[in-house]
Amino acid sequence: MSKITMTVNGKAASGDVEGRTLLSSFLREDLFLTGTHIGCDTSQCGACVVHVNGVAVKSCTMLAAEADGAEISTIEGQAAPDGTLNTIQQAFQDHHGLQCGFCTPGMVMSAAALLKENPKPTEAEVRHYLEGNICRCTGYHNIVKAILAASGQEIPAIAAE
Amino acid sequence: MPKDGGIGASSKRREDIRFLTGTGKYTDDINIRGQAYVHFLRSDVAHAKINGIDTSAAAAMPGVVQIFTGADFEAVGGIPCGWEITDRHGKAMQEPKHPVLAHGKVRHVGDPIAAVVAESLEQARDAAEAIELDLEELPAVVNMKAALVEGATKVHDDLDNNLCYDWGFVEENKGAVDAAIKGAAHVTTLELVNNRLVANPMEPRVAVGEYDRADGQHTLHTTSQNPHVIRLLMGAFVLGIPEHKLRVVAPDVGGGFGTKIFHYAEEAFCTFAAKAVNRPVKWTSSRSEAFMSDAHGRDHVTKIELALDKDNNFVAVRTETLANMGAYLSTFASSVPTWLHGTLMAGNYKTPNVYVNVKAVFTNTVPVDAYRGAGRPEATYQLERVIDMAARELGVDPIALRRQNYITEFPYATPVAVEYDTGDYNATMDKLEEIADIKGFAARRKESEARGMMRGLGINNYIEACGIAPSNLVGQLGARAGLYDAATVRVNATGSISVMVGAHSHGQGHETAFPQVVAEMLGIDESMIDIVHGDTSKIPFGMGTYGSRSLAVCGSAMVRATEKIINKAKKIAAHLMEASEADIELKDGNFSVAGTDKSVAWGDVTLAAYVPHNYPLEDIEPGLEETAFYDPANFTYPAGAYACEVEVDPDTGKVTIARFAAADDFGNVINPMIVSGQVHGGIAQGIGQALLESCVYDEDGQLLSASYMDYTMPRADDLPFYSVDHSCQTPCTHNPLGVKGCGEAGAIGSPPSVINAVIDALNSGGHDVKHIDMPATPAKVWAAMQS
Repeated sequence: MSKITMTVNGKAASGDVEGRTLLSSFLREDLFLTGTHIGCDTSQCGACVVHVNGVAVKSCTMLAAEADGAEISTIEGQAAPDGTLNTIQQAFQDHHGLQCGFCTPGMVMSAAALLKENPKPTEAEVRHYLEGNICRCTGYHNIVKAILAASGQEIPAIAAE
Repeated sequence: MPKDGGIGASSKRREDIRFLTGTGKYTDDINIRGQAYVHFLRSDVAHAKINGIDTSAAAAMPGVVQIFTGADFEAVGGIPCGWEITDRHGKAMQEPKHPVLAHGKVRHVGDPIAAVVAESLEQARDAAEAIELDLEELPAVVNMKAALVEGATKVHDDLDNNLCYDWGFVEENKGAVDAAIKGAAHVTTLELVNNRLVANPMEPRVAVGEYDRADGQHTLHTTSQNPHVIRLLMGAFVLGIPEHKLRVVAPDVGGGFGTKIFHYAEEAFCTFAAKAVNRPVKWTSSRSEAFMSDAHGRDHVTKIELALDKDNNFVAVRTETLANMGAYLSTFASSVPTWLHGTLMAGNYKTPNVYVNVKAVFTNTVPVDAYRGAGRPEATYQLERVIDMAARELGVDPIALRRQNYITEFPYATPVAVEYDTGDYNATMDKLEEIADIKGFAARRKESEARGMMRGLGINNYIEACGIAPSNLVGQLGARAGLYDAATVRVNATGSISVMVGAHSHGQGHETAFPQVVAEMLGIDESMIDIVHGDTSKIPFGMGTYGSRSLAVCGSAMVRATEKIINKAKKIAAHLMEASEADIELKDGNFSVAGTDKSVAWGDVTLAAYVPHNYPLEDIEPGLEETAFYDPANFTYPAGAYACEVEVDPDTGKVTIARFAAADDFGNVINPMIVSGQVHGGIAQGIGQALLESCVYDEDGQLLSASYMDYTMPRADDLPFYSVDHSCQTPCTHNPLGVKGCGEAGAIGSPPSVINAVIDALNSGGHDVKHIDMPATPAKVWAAMQS
């Protein structure tokens, strides 16, 4: 067991972890941040995406010990303290970009990373960027639409409804 | 003008807030003080005799609480099948035992052999590796045709053979169908495969069992679409726990698509083990485990013949299907290729003669059961493919051929025993032609060709039977349960309302859409109404969510209960205003006396019900809470027309979806935004089936597609924006909301149009390709081009 310390959503957090403990497990089991979800065991689904030092990371691909000293941001840290959704979260609700909600935390975190890198992505760029995030409910239509809307761009006519 | 609330408004989903902020509560988020963890040791071979299981070394490993094997479950029942099929000779289906943990033999890769309960998941996994298994491998039966050969290895030694049933429908039609095909001017024959799929809701299954010694109460937290069904099946058939001692809770569930309907061994295990080890027991499926333990979907091999007269009228349809059951009968498995498939083989057409034969087959594979659409996608795919093929053979327009044969008068009794109440198939096709811009296709094809690509257009219709189901009818057909639903409307003293519903929401947005209905009926704001679901201790009863039934069946129960509330509230209002009950009108949340300016508000009436100081206590009870059960009079019949345009790369065979349009008739629509979302998701799953997804076994029964590295899930860049429309509405005639259901349509309606489009593209490029089995991967398409 080793002791690790990190900043999660702006607050100090620490714990004792085994060498094999994944960051995703540490967030869920030790810090009770259960918004980060585990949807697969091969790092394909993206339900566990968080930001580590500002970079989108699948938290199931990283050991908790590797995150020692890092700044972590999770889905729980996205809305304002009074509960006001951020632009991306609000766009997901406005455009029905989620159904069962299980992939949603990863989608929102990936979308945030995309818009940071590329504030005005094309539809194709959005779809390409989401290759590592699987959604089984929405057919991606409203997710892509929500991300385009969050970037302040016009939504293509075909996606209007 | 869009409404801001009530029926027909695209109200934003209230459940989104918790999902968007990471505060949803899924089953894996539940951790109970003192809980132990279970890991299942699963068979890595398809078929073997279990000669011995030595758990002694494993039991001594750190943290191990107890190890269970099949022998521990000899005294309890097996996992039951919920539907008995009678075959064409009047014989009951062959129904094998399905033990909670394998006993004597393992019958598929993933069959659980032993369960290790330990202090931590890691310790349970480590100990499972120390269990010594003596397995004597047996030949596996994987291919359905081979499984039916005389003398084939039997999956179940105590059954006669691997044939579960040989079903004919409608058996009395057979002679007329054979004669019509013999005398037809043209017969188109197609043999095809409906590929095996894995539902893959993004949340893997989880079960947490609890037992309270103080009162003998069992609780199971589980990822289920229907907690009461699990309570019924597990309590009555497996563990022998009476209903009042068993609570089943399905909290937020991360998608189901059918695969979370069924009662699974892991649920029974965790419930049983929690009592045995006297502490909570938790199981969380990994994705790899899900591939080998979640029930799979589809897996039919079919030959269909469509006979036409000299004027291209359909005169007969005859089909022969082999349907894979896998190694055991899952909860609804037997009903999927029969009643959910054969009854839809008339499609949208007035074909007078239809006969369906289905042989269900046991193989050494994971059990197969309902997956989004369940039987209806299989019916739609074969029918709409063979119609397209007939149009090509006859040189006629595929839309015109369909229109010529549409059913146009309703109600319409099909030759396969169902009665369509309403529909307007020409209207949905007209709408499709408009939104898909069929007229513009020729120009788009030219443009594709200028870039060296082949472009194809594929069209199809679909019809489905939803709103499952009239209990007396399904009882005659072999169902072992009723298929009604229930709702309780609890009005609180201050006027707020909790509605306890039997339908479970795992993505469908019930928490938003159901209040819209009650708000409309009472004329109060939606925010005053909350929906409670997913807990057998909180809701009256419910058969759950599947078969696009939630609103049509449970929503109807909610309407009936709300009507009872209104009736009682009017009595109270009449008393408060000293008026006759017959003169009371409810509008915008106010009760008024007709023809006067007297009125009382909703809140005055609800308060009076709970503070009955001025109240007609001699006539009615205090309180304002009503329950209704609703059993539908018929199925509902959503229908529509879909169009897909693809581009095929002649160098690689890669198919790209260029455009997709869907015109659906769902009857009345409560929340158009949610309905469109349901269609989008269904289309993506249908495109996934048509182009990407396939569950593959090798000839030894080894599962080759057991992770997202091997099983291709549709990604955002595999799919386009879809054009969807549900403005053609012929309301259902037999439920109070006039709704038909929309959850499965996209997955039912989309695969044929994709394959029809691929065939059209290839033929436009000079390749005489008649059929390609799904998924139409680049390798398959390229090979077809070379032949």
